Amino acid sequence: MAKGILGTKVGMTQIFDTDGNLVPVTVVECEPNVVLQKKTLENDGYEAVQLGFKDVKVDKANKPELGHAAKSNSQPKRYLREVRGKELYNFEVGQEIRVNIFEEGEVIDVTGTSKGKGFAGPIKRHGQSRGPETHGSRYHRRVGTMGPIDPNHVRPGKNLPGHMGVQTVTIQNLNVVKVDLDRNLLLVKGSIPGPKKGLVFVKHAVKAGTQEPLNPADFVQENQAEEAQE
Amino acid sequence: MSQQLLNDITKEYQKDDVVEFRPGDRVSVSVRITEGEKERIQRFEGLVIKKKGGGINQTFTVRKISYGVGIERTFPVHSPLVAEIKVLRKGKVRRAKLNYIRGLSKKDSRIKERQ
Repeated sequence: MAKGILGTKVGMTQIFDTDGNLVPVTVVECEPNVVLQKKTLENDGYEAVQLGFKDVKVDKANKPELGHAAKSNSQPKRYLREVRGKELYNFEVGQEIRVNIFEEGEVIDVTGTSKGKGFAGPIKRHGQSRGPETHGSRYHRRVGTMGPIDPNHVRPGKNLPGHMGVQTVTIQNLNVVKVDLDRNLLLVKGSIPGPKKGLVFVKHAVKAGTQEPLNPADFVQENQAEEAQE
Repeated sequence: MSQQLLNDITKEYQKDDVVEFRPGDRVSVSVRITEGEKERIQRFEGLVIKKKGGGINQTFTVRKISYGVGIERTFPVHSPLVAEIKVLRKGKVRRAKLNYIRGLSKKDSRIKERQ
C-alpha cells in the first residue's frame, strides 16, 4: 500500500473545469491524520505507519487508548489504520498528515463501506433477470434453478438471496480534481462507496505505480506557517 | 451542515451576474464554441420553457422552431460555455414548466407580454 489518508465523505456535487466541462465530484473531508505509531522491521517484522483519525473525548477513552495516544502527544483517536510502504515512512510519530500529500490530477483508490441494502433478492443482489409479470407465469422474482440434479447437492457459490451491502469496497483509479488545504478537503472525480459521513480511506492508486518516499519537512513547514498565521 | 459546505465549495464556480429570467421569457443565449484553436460565439434564441435545480446544478431549457422542427436545448446556468443570456421579451405565463407548448400551433403558442 502506498501513501494514504483517512477522511469522511461529505457528499456529491459538480464543478466546471477550465474547458467548461461539467465534472461530477465527491467531497472528502480529511481532518489532519496523526502518526500514532511506527511499525519497524526489528520490532514487528514489517514497516508501516499507524494513522489516527477523529478525536475521541478523553473521558470516553480507556486507559490503553490514552496511553497509546500519549506516546504521540495527541488525543485518543476513533479510527486507526496502518499504511504500509515507504511513501509515508519518513513521517515521525506525532506528525500530522494532511490532504496536501496529494496533488491535483493524481490517480487514487478510495476504500469505504458500502451502503446497506438489507435482505435482498437475487435480482437486486446478483443482477439476475426476472420472470414475466403476467400471462399466468406465477414466477416473478424467484431464484430459479438450484443447479443440475446429478451432483445431488447445491453447488457451492450458488447465487441466492441474502444480506447485501455493508461490504468493504474499493473504487480504483479515480482522479483528484482539487486539494483544499485550508478546509482539509479533497475533491474526487466520480462517486465513492458508502453513505455521507462514512469513513473512507483515500490512497495512491495501486495501478498508478510506486512513488518516491515523501519528505515530511516539505509538509511540516507549510503546517507551521499556517499556524503562525492563525 | 454538509450541504452548507457543498454550497461553499461550488460558490467559486458560480456566476454572480446572472440576469433574472423566467419560463415564458424569450432569450438569446450566447454559447462559446471552440473549433481547433479558434473560439467563436453562437447564439441560440428561443422560449424558456423550464428552469430546474438550484445553485450550481441549475439549468434552463430553451425551445425554438428551426426550419419547421422544434429544437430544445438545455444549458447549465453557471457553465463557462454560456457566455451571455439576454432577455428579449418577458412573457406572462401561469405555469413553471411550459411542456404543454410543444403540442400547440404557432398561433396557439403565443404568449402575452409581462410588464
